[in-house]
Amino acid sequence: MTELTWGVALVIVGTYLWKLAGLSVPQTVLEHRVTLAIAALIPVAFLSALVAVQTFADGTTLVLDARLVGVGVAAILLWLRVPFLPMLIAAAASTALVRLFF
Amino acid sequence: MDTSQRRIILDSLGLGIGVGTYGLTFGAIATASGLSVLQTCALSLFAFTGASQFAFVGVVASGGAPLTAALTATLLGARNMFYSISLAALLRVRGWRRLAAAHLVIDESTAMALGQKNPRDAKTAFMWTGVTIFVMWNLMTLLGALAGNAIGDPKLLGLDAAVAAAFLGLVWPRLTDRLAQIIAVCSVLIAVALVPISTPGVPIIIAGCGAVALGLLWKRLIEHNAGADD
Repeated sequence: MTELTWGVALVIVGTYLWKLAGLSVPQTVLEHRVTLAIAALIPVAFLSALVAVQTFADGTTLVLDARLVGVGVAAILLWLRVPFLPMLIAAAASTALVRLFF
Repeated sequence: MDTSQRRIILDSLGLGIGVGTYGLTFGAIATASGLSVLQTCALSLFAFTGASQFAFVGVVASGGAPLTAALTATLLGARNMFYSISLAALLRVRGWRRLAAAHLVIDESTAMALGQKNPRDAKTAFMWTGVTIFVMWNLMTLLGALAGNAIGDPKLLGLDAAVAAAFLGLVWPRLTDRLAQIIAVCSVLIAVALVPISTPGVPIIIAGCGAVALGLLWKRLIEHNAGADD
């Protein structure tokens, strides 16, 4: 197996075990105050880091490029409560257009 | 079948079909970023949790090691455990049914189930939303994966910006309170600061864990202050 396939396998096993654990483990263990606080913070913390890296990183250098336009468009559309799929398409299209013309 | 059940099923189908279509973007981005069609479809079939799948592909595409990508994706999947905890009392499933139900635990099926008035409606909403999204998500992933193979470079068509926009769309509804906003800003700053001095993928893990730690500290400080005021 290639390293990429190992990665895929790890994601499959890891994500499924989280789901199963919540249905199986006694509630008292999981409903601990700190555990719940951590769980509430994880999505915001990791998704924000992913937005930052996916927008500004090119390998190990920081760059300002056409992606920033797409993310800006996405932010405006989210603010206007545009649904997810049209928002994604607009972000991709605006970035592609900037690359085409500049 | 009574009208409330029929309404729940219709709502679930509508939501499921809408959400499932994002699978198209996931499939296209995954194969354009270098995953095979088989690896892409395996993620949608067996991991079946959109944010983690996008995270894995995003980190791999930006040059991160697959294991770093897998760690990021798995950590992001931790929230599903807390969905399961809320669902356990409503679904009350055992044996193989529990194994199957666990697979369907995602943001949307949980939200639909928790929005119902009684356990019977919750079960119906959970099953119908979960199964509809599962079917649509996987069909659309396959279509997207084949299209992504044809596109080749994710920069063409701005697919790399779509990944960033997907993460933004996922985090957006969670930025409702001050603590979440502070965590988000801290996480962005830490991640950006680390990009030039570490291997791709690593900034996400350190920023994610760091921001969670800061959030816990912040919460403790607020509770401590509230206690001192009494």
